[in-house]
Amino acid sequence: MVGIAAWGAYAPRLRLSRKAAATANAWVAPNLMGKGKGERAMANWDEDALTMAVEAARDALGPGDDRGHVDSLWFASTTAPFTDRLNAGIVSSALTLEKTISAADVTGSQRCGLTALAQALTAVKAGASKSALIVGGEHRRARAASAQELDWGDGAAAFLVSGDRPAAAFLGHGAITDDFVDHFRGADAEFDYQWEERWIRDEGIVKLVPPAITAALAQAGVEAGAVSHFCFPSTFPGMAAILAKRLGIPDAAVCDNLAAVMGEAGSSHALIMLAHALEQAKAGDVILVAQFGQGAEALVFRVTADLAAGRPARGVTGSLADRKEETNYLKFLFFNGLVDWDKGMRAEKDNKTALTTLYRNEAMILGLVGGRCTETGVVQFPRTRISVAPNNPAVDTQEPYKFAEKKAAILTYSADYLTFSMAPPNHYGMVEFEGGGRIFMDITDVEPGDVDTGLPVRMVFRLKEVDEKRGFRRYFWKAVPDRTAQAKPAAVAAE
Amino acid sequence: MAAGIRDKVAILGMGCSKFGERWDAGPDDLMVEAYLEAMQDAGIEPTQLDAAWFSTHIDEVGTGKGGTPMSLALRLPNIAVTRVENFCAGGSEAFRGAVYAVASGAADIAIALGVEKLKDTGYGGLPTGNAGTLIPQVSPNGSAPGNFAQLASAYRTKHGVSKDDLKRAIAHVSVKSHANGVKSPKAHLRKAVTEEQVMNAPMIADPLGLFDCCGVSDGAAAAIVCTPEIARSLGKKNLTTVKALQLAVSNGSEAQYNGWDGSYFHTARIAAGKAYREAGIERPREQISMMEVHDCFSITELVTMEDLFISPEGQGWKDVMNGFYDADGGVPCQIDGGLKCFGHPIGASGLRMLYEMYLQLQGRAGERQLSNPVFGMTHNLGGSPSTNVCSVAIVGQEGA
Repeated sequence: MVGIAAWGAYAPRLRLSRKAAATANAWVAPNLMGKGKGERAMANWDEDALTMAVEAARDALGPGDDRGHVDSLWFASTTAPFTDRLNAGIVSSALTLEKTISAADVTGSQRCGLTALAQALTAVKAGASKSALIVGGEHRRARAASAQELDWGDGAAAFLVSGDRPAAAFLGHGAITDDFVDHFRGADAEFDYQWEERWIRDEGIVKLVPPAITAALAQAGVEAGAVSHFCFPSTFPGMAAILAKRLGIPDAAVCDNLAAVMGEAGSSHALIMLAHALEQAKAGDVILVAQFGQGAEALVFRVTADLAAGRPARGVTGSLADRKEETNYLKFLFFNGLVDWDKGMRAEKDNKTALTTLYRNEAMILGLVGGRCTETGVVQFPRTRISVAPNNPAVDTQEPYKFAEKKAAILTYSADYLTFSMAPPNHYGMVEFEGGGRIFMDITDVEPGDVDTGLPVRMVFRLKEVDEKRGFRRYFWKAVPDRTAQAKPAAVAAE
Repeated sequence: MAAGIRDKVAILGMGCSKFGERWDAGPDDLMVEAYLEAMQDAGIEPTQLDAAWFSTHIDEVGTGKGGTPMSLALRLPNIAVTRVENFCAGGSEAFRGAVYAVASGAADIAIALGVEKLKDTGYGGLPTGNAGTLIPQVSPNGSAPGNFAQLASAYRTKHGVSKDDLKRAIAHVSVKSHANGVKSPKAHLRKAVTEEQVMNAPMIADPLGLFDCCGVSDGAAAAIVCTPEIARSLGKKNLTTVKALQLAVSNGSEAQYNGWDGSYFHTARIAAGKAYREAGIERPREQISMMEVHDCFSITELVTMEDLFISPEGQGWKDVMNGFYDADGGVPCQIDGGLKCFGHPIGASGLRMLYEMYLQLQGRAGERQLSNPVFGMTHNLGGSPSTNVCSVAIVGQEGA
């Protein structure tokens, strides 16, 4: 039986207050005050579609998974950081997946998240893949004072598809492809260009989505009335309910589109709603998920008795609960590159990345892989030919050792107001890992007063620096407070 | 252990430019200023110089690379000029090179000169250094104050000192240096400050405020060295000789191995221990007459008092508060104002520290003169607390 074996999700911790944003723009766009309710997920400056997708994938796989079973990877996004560099390849390196996997970026439409999931399900069903990982992430940018700015949100979701006792069995798939241009973003354009909402609703969604759903239900052999959870993202009020009524799906099955608490995360949003539905489902439930975009894609699942095995540590529910309200609309503009602000001379430093160096150290930089001495057991970062152990500089004894999922605590820190930072003061410090090893690294998602010695932290994959001159992005790992951990880990080795 | 350098080399002459925001002077002008004073003090001609060591740190501003900037500025007689760079400890490195050349017999008279022209960057603070192609991909985009501020968090945790007590102790470090700087004509900052001023200054890198950070200065300093025999043949008396020159360099045990607790300098303890053995000093708290340490930040100076084994571990902050390191204290420290107030032109600082020790030992320190100093110690650090080079040098009266 093929289906979803595990799922995960990620919403950035910051939530922009829509009231704060609408109020700031009320002088120019008073009509948007009506949207000034609830909050939208807002990526930190060092988060993008790819970093959020990595976090969702880590949530889906869990900290104990060695990941060697994953043999195919799909990354879905319309806001991927690279146009010509396999974004899924970066995800793969960050997750330390095997080099032998197949990988693809799926993009070009708001439905591409579900397209990727459908392709993965098809591949596993056909026997072409045994364990497929699908990750979707969106970091949505809109013009200041636009409705989209308020409606949209940033976020990610991930699914592991396999044929081995899934949490949700795959029952059916339907697709419609039609060049209905409700909006578009040209290859060189920064922002979307939108057509009239009423036309999109009446001529687009209402006409193109139902046939995809009908096809999926038919393939699944499930009546519309049997659907327990209907996930359909749309920023148009009541859109999912309108479709449900037309199709005969029970009103009660229409899922919350999370508009009030996170906003719509583009092509990832159907995936996020699917993950959210799984978190609330029980064995036997039928989940129907669909998304519109140059036609539509629809998938049908039945929740199995193995649901609990796929449940992530955080999921959509946990991610949404880990929140911090942001009422500073200007910060949102800065983080999204919507203001040309004075960064000062210190920001002029050239951060050209030596691609040769990056590739030689790929496991270290993207995977946070260090070394462990096979003779002494001493763990270190980075992995080196000569061991750092003070009393035993053994040569060529180090095996790869992964740090990303290890628990850690702050040994030393400072909040630096002098150095250039997109979110000053720049916090960084020495982080000591349970089981050995330490890394002098950035600390993110914190404000002055949040950090102290002994603070438990966990690792997150983030943007290190953006090379605006060349359009390149550096990624590395950072520490964030582990808000679920209690005690400081004991030091493991003495000098 | 090797026989060591003790009393094998004497200082023949020294010079130091006025430190500060020298808008009027380029690196060549600064070098000439220090060089002419040193040559006049030594009483020799350029043709008597056999070899030169040249320290400068930042290539992006200042002189650029290589040994030629020194040779060109000073019109040296085509002698060897070795450019050295070891973060902020380059000045001590230049001195070490010149001293070892003389001790080996390869040179009769050698000169060490350090210079840094920092105030051509266009902004306050130090420019960010070049760390190669790998480190910037993983290391935080930090600053010197942010790196050194790490010490404070670890020190107060380890020794159970409250944030407020530590903030006040490091404030006193700066108050003391400002008081000393007033009496130092060549110093960059020559104005006394109060503890309250220091504690209420704008935050630079928590917990370091503006007055916890040393001056970013232009300047140059130079030393001319020879054997004691040659010094005497040139008519010098009451010689100041080199007692110890040590350099300890991190190998990753602090930054990459779970042992070091972040509250002190591993290298400083090693270099100090070796320097005391080399100089024959057994009770440093009693025997060291005075010192110039690398007070790039107030917290650096505070923990260094313990790393040099002058204050017992965990007690340095109390010695600071009790005035032990003030000009009239047990071991006067930063008597010329230190990096804090004399200034910190990176490549010159190690030699500037030796300049003050030399003046004091020669009885030529003017208003700042201490009574009968015997041993002067310099501590010159480069890098960050977890990865650094640490130089400890001791100079003193010949035969002491």
